[in-house]
Amino acid sequence: MRYSILNLARQAWRGHTGWGRAWRDAAPRDGYDVVIVGGGGHGLATAYYLAKVHGITNVALLERGWIGGGNAGRNTTIIRSNYALPGNEPFYEWAMQLWEGLEQELNYNAMVSQRGVLNLFHSDAQRDAYARRGNAMRLHGVDAQLLGADTVRAMAPFLDFDNARFPVQGGLLQERGGTARHDAVNWGYARAASALGVDIIQNCEVTGFLRDGAGAITGVETSRGAIRAGKVGLAVAGMSSEVAAKAGLRLPIESHVLQAFVSEGLKPLIPGVITFGAGHFYVSQSDKGGLVFGGDIDGYNSYAQRGNLPVVEDVCEGGMALMPMIGRARLLRSWGGIMDMSMDGSPIIDHTPIPGLYLNAGWCYGGFKATPASGWCFAHLLARDEAHETARAFTLDRFRTGHLIDEKGVGAQPNLH
Amino acid sequence: MRIPCPFCGSRDSREFVTRGDAAPTRPDSEEGMFAYVYLRDNPAGALEEWWYHAQGCRQWLRVSRNTRTHQVSGAILACKGGAA
Repeated sequence: MRYSILNLARQAWRGHTGWGRAWRDAAPRDGYDVVIVGGGGHGLATAYYLAKVHGITNVALLERGWIGGGNAGRNTTIIRSNYALPGNEPFYEWAMQLWEGLEQELNYNAMVSQRGVLNLFHSDAQRDAYARRGNAMRLHGVDAQLLGADTVRAMAPFLDFDNARFPVQGGLLQERGGTARHDAVNWGYARAASALGVDIIQNCEVTGFLRDGAGAITGVETSRGAIRAGKVGLAVAGMSSEVAAKAGLRLPIESHVLQAFVSEGLKPLIPGVITFGAGHFYVSQSDKGGLVFGGDIDGYNSYAQRGNLPVVEDVCEGGMALMPMIGRARLLRSWGGIMDMSMDGSPIIDHTPIPGLYLNAGWCYGGFKATPASGWCFAHLLARDEAHETARAFTLDRFRTGHLIDEKGVGAQPNLH
Repeated sequence: MRIPCPFCGSRDSREFVTRGDAAPTRPDSEEGMFAYVYLRDNPAGALEEWWYHAQGCRQWLRVSRNTRTHQVSGAILACKGGAA
């Protein structure tokens, strides 16, 4: 059923008893043209664009638990396209453009809110670096504004501007950035993909791969039986190494835990997304009023979906240094997600050396904002066997050839990206 | 997370700096350099890692830790046979 004012009025008249399921909870069939492993935002978006853009509807999406139950439900919901490097910026800007039309496209309220992303700088050197990044963005046709301290003060008067160690000197603002509702993104894609004929299969864990005599992938073994597939796409960030290992692949990825936090609900306070430039701290306010914030990854390999106290302390110290008033708010919840930390801090959307197996991985802790473009480009790769023009740099063999996309410039040290 | 330093005893992990997986060993030739620098097993479960006790004895340790549970099951000094 299409969601509209008219249908809302009709259902209200009938006491809201006529709403159907948003999407079909399908049982696996014997075979599909394409099987996508992973029911997070990226997998769901891939399934949707395969059906919508490429007309491939004989598609199954397999999810070990329930859709949106992994990192898609464990992020801080920030969307932005403020990258500097040519390999990254066109891709993230494509994601931003897809975000801007997402709700009309999916007929689903994803609560995309372009409230702006403000990256603060605290020194002359940092101002130069941010000016350079802003210029790189503008050269790619993306909005970016370098603001002085006075403008920032008018936007966010509660910041500790005259902090003796880290005075706020200004910020780089992307007005089109903001936040989106993560659960709604997953459900919107699931509903739209399901309506086009995609089978979304939950509680179906991939336990191995079916191979032909030459070694090519011909399907997957799952906890609900074998499923044949013309092509198999992995979109299981966090668990990429574990799943790829079942096909005998080693990846340039380590899994790390990233924690996020939310405070009690407060009155409207924070105008958009604000990031601290002197430590690692970023904060926005949800529509329910909670301050949603986070910082660095814990730094050691982890699959535990929970972190430890040193980083909790570090993040809260960053918050106190930036906006001392945050000390009066109570911390309500914290959680951890498993990040696919790649060796250069950038993602992979590419063929694998194994025929029939395609990889979408290595999103570090920036995967949520990429969701629509990740799905768009992965679907393009699966359907046409060639990289989408905005994702050509995200190859798996770039680590071998030296064409790294190292936005932060820290080298093959995944816990520093 | 507490790490049993053979020299200092059980200490909070914030005294340490992690270096990561202890499995990769530097190859003698350029062949194998790619795998050494970039590829990881990244296991979910038991992992042997290097940790440096920066705010303690300043020794490198080889720590056995489970990446699913964060449980540390042991540590030996790298100089006492822990080094590959």
